[in-house]
Amino acid sequence: MSQVATTLPTPSKAGACSAPEVLRERGQREVFCGLTGIIWLHRKIQDAFFLIVGSRTCAHLMQSAAGVMIFAEPRFGTAIIEERDLAGMADANDELDKVVSRLLARRPDIKLLFLVGSCPSEVIKLDLSRAAQRLSKQFMPDVRVLNYSGSGIETTFTQGEDMCLAALVPELPAETSDAEPSLMLVGALADVVEDQFLRSFKALGLDRISVLPPRRSTDLPAVGPNTRFLLCQPFLGETARLLEERGAQRLAAPFPLGVEGTTAWLKAAADAWQVSEQRFREVTAPAQQRARIATARYRDQLAGQRIFFFPDSQLEIPIARFLARELDMQLIEVGTPYLHRQHMSEELALLPEGVQLSEGQHVDRQIDRCRAAQPDLTVCGLGLANPLEQEGLTTKWSIELVFTPIQGFEQAGDLAELFARPLVRRTKLEV
Amino acid sequence: MQLTVWTYEGPPHVGAMRVATAMREVHYVLHAPQGDTYADLLFTMIERRDRRPPVTYTTFQARDLGSDTAELFKTAAAEAVERFQPQALMVGASCTAELIQDDPGGLAKALGLSLPVVPLELPSYSKKENWGAAETFYQMVRTLAGPNAPAPGVTRPERPADARPSCNLLGPTALGFRHRDDVLEVTKLLQSIGVEVQVVAPLNATPADLARLGDADFNVVLYPEIAQTAAGWLKRTFRQPHTTVVPIGIGATRDFLAEVAELAGVDPGPALAGAPSRLPWWSRSIDSTYLTGKRVFVFGDGCHVVAAARIAREELGFEVVGLGTYSREMAREVRTAAEGYGLEALITDDYLEVEEQIEALQPELVLGTQMERHIAKRLGVGCAVISAPVHVQDFPARYAPQMGWEGANVIFDTWVHPLMMGLEEHLLGMFREDFEFNDEAGGSHLGHGSKRSGPEAPVESREAAPGPETAIPQTSTAEAMASQTTTPETTTPVAPFWTAEAESELGKIPFFVRGKARRNTERFANQRSISAITVETLYDAKAHFGK
Ligand code: SF4
Ligand code: SF4
Repeated sequence: MSQVATTLPTPSKAGACSAPEVLRERGQREVFCGLTGIIWLHRKIQDAFFLIVGSRTCAHLMQSAAGVMIFAEPRFGTAIIEERDLAGMADANDELDKVVSRLLARRPDIKLLFLVGSCPSEVIKLDLSRAAQRLSKQFMPDVRVLNYSGSGIETTFTQGEDMCLAALVPELPAETSDAEPSLMLVGALADVVEDQFLRSFKALGLDRISVLPPRRSTDLPAVGPNTRFLLCQPFLGETARLLEERGAQRLAAPFPLGVEGTTAWLKAAADAWQVSEQRFREVTAPAQQRARIATARYRDQLAGQRIFFFPDSQLEIPIARFLARELDMQLIEVGTPYLHRQHMSEELALLPEGVQLSEGQHVDRQIDRCRAAQPDLTVCGLGLANPLEQEGLTTKWSIELVFTPIQGFEQAGDLAELFARPLVRRTKLEV
Repeated sequence: MQLTVWTYEGPPHVGAMRVATAMREVHYVLHAPQGDTYADLLFTMIERRDRRPPVTYTTFQARDLGSDTAELFKTAAAEAVERFQPQALMVGASCTAELIQDDPGGLAKALGLSLPVVPLELPSYSKKENWGAAETFYQMVRTLAGPNAPAPGVTRPERPADARPSCNLLGPTALGFRHRDDVLEVTKLLQSIGVEVQVVAPLNATPADLARLGDADFNVVLYPEIAQTAAGWLKRTFRQPHTTVVPIGIGATRDFLAEVAELAGVDPGPALAGAPSRLPWWSRSIDSTYLTGKRVFVFGDGCHVVAAARIAREELGFEVVGLGTYSREMAREVRTAAEGYGLEALITDDYLEVEEQIEALQPELVLGTQMERHIAKRLGVGCAVISAPVHVQDFPARYAPQMGWEGANVIFDTWVHPLMMGLEEHLLGMFREDFEFNDEAGGSHLGHGSKRSGPEAPVESREAAPGPETAIPQTSTAEAMASQTTTPETTTPVAPFWTAEAESELGKIPFFVRGKARRNTERFANQRSISAITVETLYDAKAHFGK
């Protein structure tokens, strides 16, 4: 196998000079809170249970957002704080211990329990990290208990995954400084996509590869100074920071969306491992070619169409880059709930000159801008889609971009199709 | 603390949103963190509303706490009034804002707005959605109609002899179970006896409409869960009487008309004559013989389960074997109804308890909510949905009321549909060995997609009971990620041993009664300390228990 570079290649300087304008807004944000991440995380980590410590609102959010996607008994639940907990008639910690004991007795298959903080638990300052330590002591070695916050006052939508993975980082076994270099893929992907990537890296000759989060909590990957990691998702700021604190090094790259993004992403690791250009081409060319054909099918429909993104998952910028560069769409406004300049710098460098970015939200003003711009396609949340359709705009639900396998070469065509479908539908309907 | 996965009701501020969204010309400023904006999708996705709910959320963040959340609220309220120009403003807090005690009512007052402001105090940690809707509607009615109340002690003037009797319809909201169509149907019903509807509220009402509620002669309480509190106040304040019967089913519709006729001083005779609904004849036609004594389990909100149980027994000839509600506010009414059927009502909001009872009772049909639909599906029992919480499927494109004569027709069709029909049931029973009959097949009218899986069939993946489902696309990461996960969760009770012969004989019994046959046989064997069940035991048990 190929030798690993002892020093990492210097990140490309592109992007540093032509930083695009960012409109920062503050007002009503129409974005889910971090609890929503549980919907995919509880399926990804198969022996984990997510116990939200929150209110009826939190439980109702999970139910409304998860709805149809639950085909098996979910591995999440809510410990609903009640009046007696607030009034001090019951000790909230005792109550929580009781709930946890009952839960673990019912689900002996659970090996990892997350106590997930919510707005109410944070406002009443219920110390879930202490609770997690206390319960861990009680249930180890059978069950490890960790905590993180998915509250709406601290996190938006996909940041919940960041907080969850960040809670796992201190638990990762340590790798010594003389360990063979290894690659860690960070961020939850659909199993099918994850397997594709693992095959690609194997074919490139990398054989020490791990994933965070693992499918089983007992397979937590080791981390140390010889760990390089690639972010699979653009919303993992805190997780990356903690991994770096443990000595791991982030390989800077665009995100694996579209042919270009996927190539650059794989290449970042290939370069770190000094995989030859030729080998890289041999391994990636067939899939690249397939992906080009698959996306080209939608170029006619999408080229020149003007698109507007409301903020949702932080996937907006990489997706906009893909749509602009590979499908020739025109970006009117690209909103993101949060802009991580460092992790996004490779992406920003690829965006067309002069694109309008916005961070945060004032939903009413953003709707005003959207109405004024009359885009051909508007990417927005479920609360806005039907009302905007009624006004004559064509919309794409942003949440579908999170709940669909879209990364990698084999999914590039699917990603393009998601944007073409609403436009095709408009032309088909004659009612 | 209460551990829960699925809930029948949302928090009380969602009830307030149902009132606000139903109305016109109002706006609701809700002090809440950003995640609470999920509630918008209940209306825009499940109900397919083409407008955003008239709700502004302050979406405060952790960094605002302790400093300027109150200021944030004032800004949001002032901006909302300016932008949306409502006739009335509702203000309140969600569960998180309730804890920071900013007093939205006081803050809104301090803004000196020139429109009526209705402060809503909805305790999130003790109350739920329907209570929130009822309280909100009551506060709105009180604030807006209150100024027109007659002085205490003044008697209501008699209706002029030439004026037609009139009423208001109270209770329909956004996100209600068939509220849209019930309003139309009941309006027609009232017209048929010469009663005019003045105001329907909150659905499509403006604040100005609420202000004139007192003008009508009486009120029709369509959904007591939501309208009872307001109707009670209107009765005390305007001396407006109100109806007590919810017109779901033939018998209830007749009683309702009698009650209305009495309140309006008109003759219900002409409206009752003729054949206003097909249900009575459909039920009497010999094709319906097979409905006789079908065991049904009923669960849902208070007013719908009381009505459903009555229809099941009196109008379809079913046997009600279980009855319950998640509406604690209606517990008394449901208990009373249950006693009438010799049952003890199940009052709970824990769907696991409901599931347990359904499993134990082995009904042939479940009349419930979307949760019970999932439970029933898992158990391989037919189910019809009769109550909220709602699902996108509960908003059909066609006219499908539950109330009045047409409602009865709709109910007949919907409830009978999931059942195996007469001759088909017999043929399945007679020719079990036909290689083309199999347990996976549902009724042939249910299409190829309908599969049965239940305790009798191997349970491949357990489907839990989601609540209001959003129509999120099927290709989901969650699903893709879930592909490897199967949670086999068949809980087999301790049972006597079945001989191979008896087991195979049991297999000849149609699946929709097999569960009952198995349980009965085991019970029979247990009582007699029989450890090995033979074909003899099976038939002894059959003889003992009857069909
Ligand atoms: S925003 Fe806060 S209160 Fe609302 S659902 Fe999310 S965590 Fe719960
Ligand atoms: S399945 Fe076909 S034959 Fe059987 S009852 Fe339904 S419609 Fe009639």
